[in-house]
Amino acid sequence: MSALDVIVSGTMLAQTVRMTIPYACASLGGVLSERSGVVNIALEGILLASALAAVAVQGVTGSAVAGLLAGVVAGALVGLVHAALVVRGRVDAIVSGLALNLALGGGTRFVLRALYGSSSNSPSVRGVRFGEGLGLFARTALDPFVLSTLAVAALCAWGLARTRFGLRLRACGEDPSAAQAVGVDVARTRLVAVTLGGAVCGLGGAALAFELHQFQAGMTGGRGFIALAAVIVAGWRPWPAVGACLAFAALDALQIVLQNQTRVPAQIFAVLPFVATLLALAVVSRRSAGGGAPAGIGKHPA
Amino acid sequence: MKLLARVLQAPAVAGLAAGWLAFCLLVWAYGASPREMAALLFEGTWGTSYGAGQVLFKATPLLFTGLAVDLALRAGLFNIGAEGQLAVASLAAGVVGSRLPQATPAIVALPVTIGAAMAAGAAWAAVPALLKGRFGAHEVISTIMMNRIAEGVVGLLVASGLALTGTVRTADVVPGARVPRLDALFPAFRGSAASFAVVLAIAVTALVTLAHRRTRFGREVGLIGLNARAMAAEKVPVRRRLEQALLASGALAGAASLGTVLGYKGYFEEGLGAGAGFGGVAVALLGRGRFGGLVLGALLFGTLQQGGLALNAYVPKELMEVLQGIVICAVALADARLRAAVGEVLTRPLAKPAAPAGGGTP
Repeated sequence: MSALDVIVSGTMLAQTVRMTIPYACASLGGVLSERSGVVNIALEGILLASALAAVAVQGVTGSAVAGLLAGVVAGALVGLVHAALVVRGRVDAIVSGLALNLALGGGTRFVLRALYGSSSNSPSVRGVRFGEGLGLFARTALDPFVLSTLAVAALCAWGLARTRFGLRLRACGEDPSAAQAVGVDVARTRLVAVTLGGAVCGLGGAALAFELHQFQAGMTGGRGFIALAAVIVAGWRPWPAVGACLAFAALDALQIVLQNQTRVPAQIFAVLPFVATLLALAVVSRRSAGGGAPAGIGKHPA
Repeated sequence: MKLLARVLQAPAVAGLAAGWLAFCLLVWAYGASPREMAALLFEGTWGTSYGAGQVLFKATPLLFTGLAVDLALRAGLFNIGAEGQLAVASLAAGVVGSRLPQATPAIVALPVTIGAAMAAGAAWAAVPALLKGRFGAHEVISTIMMNRIAEGVVGLLVASGLALTGTVRTADVVPGARVPRLDALFPAFRGSAASFAVVLAIAVTALVTLAHRRTRFGREVGLIGLNARAMAAEKVPVRRRLEQALLASGALAGAASLGTVLGYKGYFEEGLGAGAGFGGVAVALLGRGRFGGLVLGALLFGTLQQGGLALNAYVPKELMEVLQGIVICAVALADARLRAAVGEVLTRPLAKPAAPAGGGTP
């Protein structure tokens, strides 16, 4: 089969959709956090922590639901720590995010060795078994992770635009001083927003781990950062962020096929998603100065 | 009592205390004895002259990359890309250093090699610099992407002919381009990989931190970091200065290959010096533009890295990465509190006399 046949096949499409999930969840988490005014580069670390938590808990309990919940809770916890450092501690959000990524990158390896005595990967878990008797299309469209990601995206979009909490969240992101002046508890709103964002991102981490049926050290491979770029490219809006993630995931799936199917050195294709991210970022930043960023991002109420 | 609280809030103390607490907790949670591990940690680092040499060796690239990140930070830019800049620069050092004629004297070979490395580092930083200056793309994301791209590009170049066939390393650099080991002059460091690059690193740090205060470029960059709009109003070419700061930062990150390629291995190997770029971010966050801060930060994280290796048989060395993260958080937290407290003191007298002054009191 030639490379082109593989690329235009239905399997490839299904693969792309499945690969979108971790990106999409992370970027939805990023949207929630950044619309409230807190920059979140800790997404990478959140993905790692929640992937490990999901695998560890499923390994012990044997339950996929428990594993999933563990991943979400782990994500929320890291989000909460990030929020507490930034909102209450007034630490620079990028510094806090970098420190968390560093600590969680090392911490997940540390726990991996503590639990399983391996520095590379955990034993395999079952993950989520779904739709063995169904056709490819139904199996992808009805995949619990695909459905829940879509549901979360819809909830984010609706919640941000239509609910009281969403309005307050956006107010904190656009002008924290004004929000505080009209009686919004900026600190608490941001704490909730970033924690929720962490939980959503944690869903993506669990999906990533279950997809591969194990935890691998450094398995996120920059997905959190690409998701953050997707947030910027999408102008901090939920549905466009999912769309941007779909595009990046398609590139990711494409580079894996190209690596396997052609004789060109693999490294050329491996950098493809990152080059594309860089280009997209340049184009979007040029088109609109600021790119629709929340005006109060990184600012504290006076 | 109040004074005691102030002193306890001092960022360095907070960082060390939090790091120590986390060390004890994590070691204990892993099932080892914190007391024994701490003794082992000390023995493996500052306890012997070999260990001390190894700490200096680990601290050398960290000091260069820390200085690099710090320079960008003065302009208000986060250069997370030191990792990629160093990778590309190290390859350049390995390639150029090994292609020089064997008999090239050190006075020519060393500057040429390190010049090539710094140029490569600056070139790698030029992409995010241009994206920032011309398009306004956020440098944090673009430098992180450039790190990933560097990984692929270095791997590709190594695989496609720059390395010796069948390996992932270049040929040995010519003798003139090597930085001598410290044990050539101080036999006590025998066996450790520390080289005179550590002396160069300290000298460069002193020069650059001095230049921040004494040169026009340095002061402009620092003032842009404080208030870019004011500097633009003063007709300072802000965009150019930001681009130049990132380029200089990339060049300094590339200079870290003095400690790894030229001082340690004598050739470039894929993955050599990995992690020094990210460590540099930590050093810069601790150092905050002060000579002493940067040197001590590099020594602290060098100690942690070397200590991690000393403990690795009993406790995973990744423990030290967790500690790094916690130390950064604690220092940043204490620093923010301190600044809030100082800010209060500074703004109070300005706010208070405003009313009487308006009333025309003499």
